[in-house]
Amino acid sequence: MPSSIALEIHDMTVAYHRRPVLWDVDLQVPEGKLVGVIGPNGAGKTTLIKAVLGLVPLASGKVEIYGQPYQDQRHLVGYVPQRESVDWDFPVTVRDVVLMGTYGRLGWFRRPRRPERELAEACLEQVGMASFARRQIRQLSGGQQQRVFLARALAEQAQVYFLDEPFAGVDAATESAIVDLLQSMRSAGKTVFVVHHDLQTVREYFDWVILLNMRLVACGAVGDTFTPENMQKTYGGRLTILDEAAEAMRNREPVR
Amino acid sequence: MPHALAIATTFSDLWNPNGLWIVLTACATNCACALVGCYLVLRRMSLMGDALSHAVLPGLAVAFIFSGAYDIGPLMIGAVAAGLLSTFLIQTLHQYARVPSDASMGVVFTGLFALGVVLIKKGIPPGVHFDMACVYQGTLDYTPLYTVELLGREVPRAFAITGGVFLLNVAVVSALWKELKLSAFDPALATTMGFSATLLHYLLMALVAVTAVASFEAVGSILVVAMLIIPPATAHLLADRLASMMFISLLVAIAAAILGYILSTVFDTNIAGMITVAAAGLFGLAVLFAPQHGVVSALARNLGVSLRVVREDLLAMLYRVEELGSPRRLAAAEAQAAVGGGWLARLSLSNLLRDGRIARSGDRLDLTPAGREAARQLVRSHRLWETYLVKNLGLPLDHVHEPAHRIEHFIGDDIREQLQQELDATATDPHGREIPE
Repeated sequence: MPSSIALEIHDMTVAYHRRPVLWDVDLQVPEGKLVGVIGPNGAGKTTLIKAVLGLVPLASGKVEIYGQPYQDQRHLVGYVPQRESVDWDFPVTVRDVVLMGTYGRLGWFRRPRRPERELAEACLEQVGMASFARRQIRQLSGGQQQRVFLARALAEQAQVYFLDEPFAGVDAATESAIVDLLQSMRSAGKTVFVVHHDLQTVREYFDWVILLNMRLVACGAVGDTFTPENMQKTYGGRLTILDEAAEAMRNREPVR
Repeated sequence: MPHALAIATTFSDLWNPNGLWIVLTACATNCACALVGCYLVLRRMSLMGDALSHAVLPGLAVAFIFSGAYDIGPLMIGAVAAGLLSTFLIQTLHQYARVPSDASMGVVFTGLFALGVVLIKKGIPPGVHFDMACVYQGTLDYTPLYTVELLGREVPRAFAITGGVFLLNVAVVSALWKELKLSAFDPALATTMGFSATLLHYLLMALVAVTAVASFEAVGSILVVAMLIIPPATAHLLADRLASMMFISLLVAIAAAILGYILSTVFDTNIAGMITVAAAGLFGLAVLFAPQHGVVSALARNLGVSLRVVREDLLAMLYRVEELGSPRRLAAAEAQAAVGGGWLARLSLSNLLRDGRIARSGDRLDLTPAGREAARQLVRSHRLWETYLVKNLGLPLDHVHEPAHRIEHFIGDDIREQLQQELDATATDPHGREIPE
């Protein structure tokens, strides 16, 4: 029987240069949720996503998508990196970028053909960028770039999506268009994880939250989890003991 | 007329078999380099080509010492091994020893190059020919002297090798077109999709190493480094898709080979050097004349905007004079002086007269109906903006004319409509003047 747990993280610790940045994260998220990943700067939100996607190695623990390791479930997972992570001067058109979403399912050596191109076209339509298909990507505004990235994610036809700060530097109209899109994805049974900064809109946008600050503070439905006490724990400063212990692990000796 | 004579000889040279082989070999080399160079330039690793072409030297030396002969097979293996090793060292130093990436590149390639020099000096028995100068300058001039048999024809060895590497590069690039494109544009996404960006990086570096070694003999390391970077950088300025960037970079590579060969004959100098100069010249032309980012087209665009601003200032000024209701009308000279004078003003006015937006009777200027309509929109933008600044941003009255004057040229129907709604149904600007419909 297929699992209905979209993401399970079991005792995951992630370290850079031996220094842990995420401690013993342990959580489960059922499918069909729109999940906000919330926490202060340096809390490890992006690291959490990258670790789940296998982009940074785990120091310990494991990650499962629908009950299987990520490597076996790539085709179920879509990823939208931060907008600044790519070179917008790259000589490709909007259509080329969206087409890249289909590469994963094509696998090595196979070229995109007509069905893939039609899918890309439909995804562009869905984010309202169809008329930009032939534009070179450097001519786009920040909001348009983000829409193109979303269209590319749609073209991945995944079940579980990870979006790294999709609202950073976009205008209000784009933000609400993106939220509508995310909610319709959820209605279609997808699970969508969104790294998010604006606490004002958490209740309005999401139905599930993961609160992080170097460790998991809480994970659950917005109503029970997004509480003043939990927010105090998430934003009430870093835990000095964790910081010191991390430093000690980096130096490989106990702090005196 | 020594030059005319030299040029005449050049063209007869180009048609003789030796000249032709030299140019063909240079073309094959340049194209092989340009093809992989596109990825280096796009991945912001242009200097990796420089680094690798130096770092392969110890690999070459070891291969030479073990095989005891100047044979392309072992040399290629040595080069690929050294290329992969240096790629690995550069990444590892950066990642684990926290050496900044540029410094780790600098350390690895100079270190390995020096190691190669030592190996050659100590390891190669005296009497065996291994000419270091050739590694720098190449021996393009002597290309036709060493031939091999290929498909029943005598062809220069260097052409056979570089042509083969060019075909190899074409094969790899077309087989892995989408994988290489994706991993150059968005390595994280490529990796999550199962196309390991690291694996593709090593593959590309191996290709660069092979290309560099194949090209050394013919054209020397200076030209290799130049051809890995200059044609792709030129094409990057001109193209907006990857396929067209590659195509243009091949054209630049070929043009540089032919042009460089002709110039080297005219000036009687080193061919590889002249090819590099020609490529740099083509790059310079692209910097000046690229349609979107070129210096000249940017100047033309700026001039276009300046002219439009002055034309619009003229129209708005005539509108304001009309609005005052006085019978006095502006003379051409007065109007020009009021918008800053000079040739910009003269040219703008003659444009407006030609387009029929201003009419001239005697020396007096009048708006035509078309001109009046255009001017009305401008003045409307200006006054809406002033009102907006006072009402919504709380700026004092005497601070709003200048900003409105600057921005009126860039407010279209869209923003005008939004301003109108924001200010709902304001009929006059803060100075009490009517906002035209």
